[in-house]
Amino acid sequence: MIIHQLSVFLENRPGQLCNVTELLAQNHVDMQALNIAETADYGVLRLIVDAPQRAASILREHGFIVRETPVVQALVPDKPGGLNEVLRIIADADIDIEYMYSVLGQQNGLAYMIFRVADTEKLDAVLKTGI
Amino acid sequence: MEHYYQPEIETASREQILTWQNERLVKQVRHVWDNVPYYRKKMEEQGVVPDDIQSVEDLHKLPFLTKDDLRDAYPYGLLAKPLADCVRIQSTSGTTGRRVVAFYTQHDVDLWEDCCARAIVAVGGTSEDVCHVCYGYGLFTGGPGLNGGSHKVGCLTLPMSSGNTDRQLQFMVDLGSTILCCTPSYAAYLAESIHERGLRDQIKLKAGIFGAEAWSEEMRRDIQNKLGIKAYDIYGLTETSGPGVAFECCEQTGMHINEDHFIAEIIDPDTGEVLPEGSKGELVFTSITKEAFPLLRYRTRDICVLSRRSCSCGRTHVKMSKPMGRSDDMLIVKGVNVFPSQIETVLLEQGYPANYQIIVDRVHNSDTLEVMVEMTPENFSDSLGRITDMEKGLVAALKAMLGIYAKVRLVAPKSITRSEGKAVRVIDKRKI
Repeated sequence: MIIHQLSVFLENRPGQLCNVTELLAQNHVDMQALNIAETADYGVLRLIVDAPQRAASILREHGFIVRETPVVQALVPDKPGGLNEVLRIIADADIDIEYMYSVLGQQNGLAYMIFRVADTEKLDAVLKTGI
Repeated sequence: MEHYYQPEIETASREQILTWQNERLVKQVRHVWDNVPYYRKKMEEQGVVPDDIQSVEDLHKLPFLTKDDLRDAYPYGLLAKPLADCVRIQSTSGTTGRRVVAFYTQHDVDLWEDCCARAIVAVGGTSEDVCHVCYGYGLFTGGPGLNGGSHKVGCLTLPMSSGNTDRQLQFMVDLGSTILCCTPSYAAYLAESIHERGLRDQIKLKAGIFGAEAWSEEMRRDIQNKLGIKAYDIYGLTETSGPGVAFECCEQTGMHINEDHFIAEIIDPDTGEVLPEGSKGELVFTSITKEAFPLLRYRTRDICVLSRRSCSCGRTHVKMSKPMGRSDDMLIVKGVNVFPSQIETVLLEQGYPANYQIIVDRVHNSDTLEVMVEMTPENFSDSLGRITDMEKGLVAALKAMLGIYAKVRLVAPKSITRSEGKAVRVIDKRKI
């Protein structure tokens, strides 16, 4: 499934991440997945939330730089070899994964992962036929 | 006993120096009027003709030249000799990325090297010495200037250029360098390295000539103690030739300006009015012997004081204090001129907002330059790789513009300190 990820620019300073979560909490936005890529000076916070458009505009109103990016949310069987099955399909389709991270929690023994690739449509189609 | 490279000039009477200055100034003004339409136009606008300038007392009638003029006239607009007569250029950074290019005839190079030779002899240099030059060679005037001066004195010259400390130290030990020429911060760095490696007993240095950037008396003491040498200041700028416009003698109380080649004035930087001797103000130079690039009343933007108090070294030429600051926003980082406007130009070209802050510091006696840039929605990406690629591109563009490395730090929007709505562009944390 193709969903919208929010990316937020964060300087490496105490309280920066908390400023984001506080805004989301105040506005009852539910976070489903979170990932941070960091350098010495700054980080890129990637978020999956239940209301991406609303969350993005709230964050922008408060001066944050936010980018919306389509990503693929894929079902991963939560058992040994589960992730490997999915990655095998992606590898066989010759798709390069830019980055990936997991969705918080699981439902009925199923886990979800977020994949960022250049061609989201292609990955989505491949996974739909593959699993 | 004090030694001089050109004793009859360096210890000439005040009257003699004035006679030279008067003659040469009149001749120089005529030369410029005849050969530099750019300056002639400036004179005409001010209603001055060469006949109005009969002596140094008339100097104040002439219009000033500034770095902006050098930019506007780039590259040949201030050239006073046919290119066929020129043998060399040197270059330094300009205000908005356009570099300053200065031209030299062989005669100009000779006189410049004489000036540097005076500086080397003033610190005790003779043909017995090994002169270790680790100023940069190339477009920068530091290396070529001291190199030429060292040749004139007859020293064994080591054209080391800058960097590669291991090799510097090896040659210093193996070849017995006695005079060190470099920026004061590099001298301090070398002093520390020598200390750390326990090489102090193996070096033969006796004196150092350290210029191209500001340094304090404290730093001088530190270098002198660590290396067991005497550390001397030297002053110059590409626009007037390079190092050697002024140099320190054994008294170490200011730098003698080579008045047979340069007339110095101190002006009020706001009004342009000439100030009496002993006043603190902006230093202005008139080159009276240069053929190819003779700048009249060039505003250096360096703030200092002139003194004609007699000097125990026997030299009679006026002394200038160490520069105490600038009347513009130019920074000197690692001996290199940096203008905030150059950084702004690069940022705009690279698609960043002109909202930035420059932080200069001195860490372990070496200058550091950091540029804080605000992230924009357009430049932001969810991919760290794309952001770091852009950052690398910016670092490379800054290096190409400034000639030195500047660290780039991306910060959150609107996070750069503003006072009264205006961003504070430069924070200089160096204690000099």
